[in-house]
Amino acid sequence: MDDVKTTELIIFTALFGLVTVLGFVASRWRRADNLEHLDEWGLGGRNFGAWITWFLIGGDLYTAYTFVAVPALIYGAGALGFFAVPYTIVVYPMVFLVAVRLWSVSHRHGYVTPADFVRGRHGSSTLALAVALTGIVATMPYIALQLVGIQAVLKTMGVHGDGLVGDLPLIIAFLILAVYTYQSGLRAPALIAFVKDTLIYVVVIAAIIYIPGKLGGWDAIFGAAEEKFNASPPPPDGPADGLVLADPQVLGYSTLAFGSALALFIYPHSVTGLLASRSRDVIKRNMAALPAYSIVLGLLALLGYMAIAAGVTPIGADPEAGVPGDGNTVVPLLYDQMFPDWFAGIAFAAIAIGALVPAAIMSIAAANLFARNIYKEYLNRDASPEQEARVSKLTSLLVKVGAVLVILGLDPQFSIDLQLIGGVIILQTLPAIVLGLYTGWFHRWALLAGWAVGLTAGLAMLYDTPNPLRDKEHFGGPLYPLSKLGIDSDSVIYTGLIAVLANLAVVVVLSALLRTVKAPAGVDATHETDYHVEAGDPDVDTTPADLRDRREVAADVRGGVDRR
Amino acid sequence: MAVHDESHPSSRHREPASVEEAARRRMNFSPWNLLLVLPLVGTLFPAIYNKQDPTLGGWPFFYWYQMIAIPVSVAITIIVYRATRGER
Repeated sequence: MDDVKTTELIIFTALFGLVTVLGFVASRWRRADNLEHLDEWGLGGRNFGAWITWFLIGGDLYTAYTFVAVPALIYGAGALGFFAVPYTIVVYPMVFLVAVRLWSVSHRHGYVTPADFVRGRHGSSTLALAVALTGIVATMPYIALQLVGIQAVLKTMGVHGDGLVGDLPLIIAFLILAVYTYQSGLRAPALIAFVKDTLIYVVVIAAIIYIPGKLGGWDAIFGAAEEKFNASPPPPDGPADGLVLADPQVLGYSTLAFGSALALFIYPHSVTGLLASRSRDVIKRNMAALPAYSIVLGLLALLGYMAIAAGVTPIGADPEAGVPGDGNTVVPLLYDQMFPDWFAGIAFAAIAIGALVPAAIMSIAAANLFARNIYKEYLNRDASPEQEARVSKLTSLLVKVGAVLVILGLDPQFSIDLQLIGGVIILQTLPAIVLGLYTGWFHRWALLAGWAVGLTAGLAMLYDTPNPLRDKEHFGGPLYPLSKLGIDSDSVIYTGLIAVLANLAVVVVLSALLRTVKAPAGVDATHETDYHVEAGDPDVDTTPADLRDRREVAADVRGGVDRR
Repeated sequence: MAVHDESHPSSRHREPASVEEAARRRMNFSPWNLLLVLPLVGTLFPAIYNKQDPTLGGWPFFYWYQMIAIPVSVAITIIVYRATRGER
């Protein structure tokens, strides 16, 4: 561990210490009388207002991995990496109407997870299990990837050694995270998100104001990038890079943005953020305010070009030998190179703290899925709310230990592959969740069959995608050539979108068939009006305590049963 | 964007008699919502903006167009939010 950057490390550690304290203090914040309930531990009391929700969902969706990987992609491939911008533009108008329906029905029926809703709407615990398992499998590698973000900054600060000693800082960071999440539940990431997002805004805005001046202006930055892309060999020997999209990439760019947007709000951790908010109104206002993060993301993406102009080479790279190195280190290296040590320390802390918030929310979301849709459904049907909460808390610990083991034990590339797969498979729950919010017409068996077909098709296509530049025969990326689907074109398309189209076709055709032969449909526990209720409506209780009553003594709620 | 926690959405004036009635008031689809399609059309067809010129302050068109699409999309979402707010 030589060349450790002391000033950076001190600032980094101090800020990390600050959020650790916040994480523990959070259990007292907006205090509930009893954290031993999923509405409290897992959804922060279901009572977050507009500001907290904005920080929470923003902290949740714009992860540390996003912040290092998007500029890394721009650095390597150019325009294609900018897909993150249209992706996060279209997602909010798309979910503006959908998200409030999910909030209403979940509030009315006390649903905590997307699988809870699927069970209620389609009357099938098997389908709910499929949705829950898909959610858990898709979320796990996402948590592991957050560690990749932390690793990138640790590496840049010179903290890397062999074996366990080198990994110790990472293990400690995640242990701390695991303990305060266990203790405080969703309140911890909600409180830390304030610090995370403030730091991220400061750090990105500083870079955008300061760095272009040092590099000779935006002309010089884009010029340097163009020069690099022109110098690289054209495909198939080199990357399909450039300042604008090559023709075959255009379809890939837009389908990647569209498909990723479709997937974003069915990830369990996004649903957790939505359901933790107090009202439909809070969600609608957030759909208008959240794109503020997209501006930051867009500016951050351009740090990739600044890194090119500044002559940054990733750690472990050997341009002569054609070794690309760890692209995720370009942004940390750029800060290290451009700013005084103390400010670089703040930037690194921003990235690392940026990893903690989503990792905490994701582990809570995965744990809630396990507690509600596997433990309560299959292992202990009579579980009390306290038992449910305890199982969820323990699962959140296990999930994080699992993520650390994955990162330490396996090549980080493996978790990147898994996350790629995760996006494709989570999309296969779209018909059951999103279309389910609009209609109960789809048959439960058809939804299950569509899910299976979509998964199989998606995995098969991903497996069939090589990436010769990285010497990979399989799981080479999210874009699939149309020519392999028998279409005469050199365009590529987002794999997840093809898979979900196959899924939908099966769902529609089979539903029609099953309805015709009168196969037993699931019982729909929801009513159309359930999708429109708002906090403050008569009989719609706003506090979790009331929700609890409703669930336990549903019939007596109107009479106003005193809980104590 | 005015984000403050206090404006709790309740329908104190004209108190609806039941949760069903309150919900029904919100069930009619407002044509304002169709505006939400605009950001999708403007960004999901790269043919519109996949070029370098005209540049703006050194930024190729591809980049500044998409960055400007963000506040435009926000404005549209706010318009829809305001216009459909009274439906409770």
